[in-house]
Amino acid sequence: MSPGWSLGRRAGHLAVAGLVAFMTLPTLVVVAASFNASAILSFPPAGYSLRWYANALTYPQFQRAALNSLLVTTAAAVLALPLGTAAVLALERGRIPARGLWAAALLSPLLIPGVVSGLGLLILGAGLGILQSRWILIFAHVVMIVPFVIRSLWVSVANLDPDLERAAASLGAGPWRVFCRVTLPLLRPGVFAALLFAVIISLNEFVVSLFISTRVTEILPVAMFTYVVNYTDPTIAALSALFIAGTFASITLADRLLDMGSVFQIARAGGGTEV
Amino acid sequence: MAGRAAEALRAWGAAGPEEGRGMPVPAVCLAPALLVMAVFALALGALLRYSLFEFIPGSLRTGGITARNFRQLAAPQYLRAIWDTILLSLATTILTLLASYPVAYALARGRRGGLRSLLLVLTLAPFFTGAIVRTYAWILVLGNSGFLNTLLVRAGLRETPYQMLFTPQGVLVGLVHFSMPVMVLILGAGISHIDPTVERAAASLGANPIRTFLRVTLPLSLPGVISACVVVFAWTFSAFPTPELLGGGRVKMIANVVKDLALDSFNWPGGAAFAALALGTTFALVAGFARLIQRLQPAGHR
Repeated sequence: MSPGWSLGRRAGHLAVAGLVAFMTLPTLVVVAASFNASAILSFPPAGYSLRWYANALTYPQFQRAALNSLLVTTAAAVLALPLGTAAVLALERGRIPARGLWAAALLSPLLIPGVVSGLGLLILGAGLGILQSRWILIFAHVVMIVPFVIRSLWVSVANLDPDLERAAASLGAGPWRVFCRVTLPLLRPGVFAALLFAVIISLNEFVVSLFISTRVTEILPVAMFTYVVNYTDPTIAALSALFIAGTFASITLADRLLDMGSVFQIARAGGGTEV
Repeated sequence: MAGRAAEALRAWGAAGPEEGRGMPVPAVCLAPALLVMAVFALALGALLRYSLFEFIPGSLRTGGITARNFRQLAAPQYLRAIWDTILLSLATTILTLLASYPVAYALARGRRGGLRSLLLVLTLAPFFTGAIVRTYAWILVLGNSGFLNTLLVRAGLRETPYQMLFTPQGVLVGLVHFSMPVMVLILGAGISHIDPTVERAAASLGANPIRTFLRVTLPLSLPGVISACVVVFAWTFSAFPTPELLGGGRVKMIANVVKDLALDSFNWPGGAAFAALALGTTFALVAGFARLIQRLQPAGHR
């Protein structure tokens, strides 16, 4: 190939490196700021200290919010996973008319602006009188999670080898047994991906939760938002650094356990021809 | 045992031709998910209903049917917010596209697996750390005593800090950063489906890298580009945390207006009207895009 190509390639490498730096700069700055000894956000940090971590971990509202996050995310995941799995299997395998319509309806929360869902659920919740309970939060999270569960599982379900199930049935297993012993284990990668997405989406869900939370029920991102709006010390930096560490850990874990190429498939399946 | 096997196989045989693939699943399994969506639809219906009813200040109850909430959209400060939203969304989409394409190309065409893995993790990780964390990080970077300004002042390039926070430009940077992971993923998926032999054929015929890119790669990646742009535009149109925190009250997008009206003024009908506007715009974009994609079926895909 001509020299133009190697020059082009070098320029390309530089550009990508610069862009990656742009993408990761804020993360690095946050982590650096979390160790800043003084309360004023400045660079370089005046000294190093872990006091903001201590502050973040002992602040009562954060503790309550973290507990709420745990409760809501667990409940939402426990509800959304079977719901979504059943739906995908029914849509792929069942005899259902207007299949595309139901699929679109189930995926629609992805398209709907957060403020729209949030305000709608607020109005409905007020009408039903359930705004003081965590159930409306759990419901909202289930609605937000189900599209991701469906997207994550659809590829796995579509790729299931039907011969394996037929073999099991021909050996005398009833439909339920085939499902539990053959289908579900084969779906494990998809279910794991769905679980990962579900937990991460729910833990970080902010906009909709902002509308339907009260001070008692608010989840962690909402509590952090309230703090950032009112205070300027680096406590949020410490909390953010903890979030980032947790996220990195789970993504690296997912990278080891899952074929990340399937993420591309997921993105393509969702972001290609159907927005 | 043989009886049950025969039963199962008969059930499969009874299924229609397209269903003869796997074990059939009763349609009722779809019901729970649809029930959840039905309740969600009720919530959206409640929102639309409120947008058509009159706001009674100081109360959460509404008066009679009125178009006032929608007429209010034309008030100067709200028109400004709508205009700013359109501009910011456009600018974000274009800048994000320019920034994401090289990264997506490297992800799709990169040859060293370890580096690709690293690139993927670095691209996806911000996506998963949550809106507050990412937006707060930009406050630290763009603030007057933040990272960039401290660098500028210490390097002697500026006397006083350059105001980047609470400006449209600051919000734009935050929005681009927010949108990059999504666009990189969609573009990467699109580019990875372009047959590399087509590019090699162009090179072997004497085309330099720029020509190959402009005449071969770019046109073939166009469906992915359009798809990604529509997603990012629609998403940015309804963005909330970034303009809320980085705009500091001076930069308002439609979502911020909804929150101001609904949560701060308790004007649910007014907020609902704006929310309806955001919803309508998003749906129009998606529908328009769906129609467009039906006409784009380029060759050269595997």
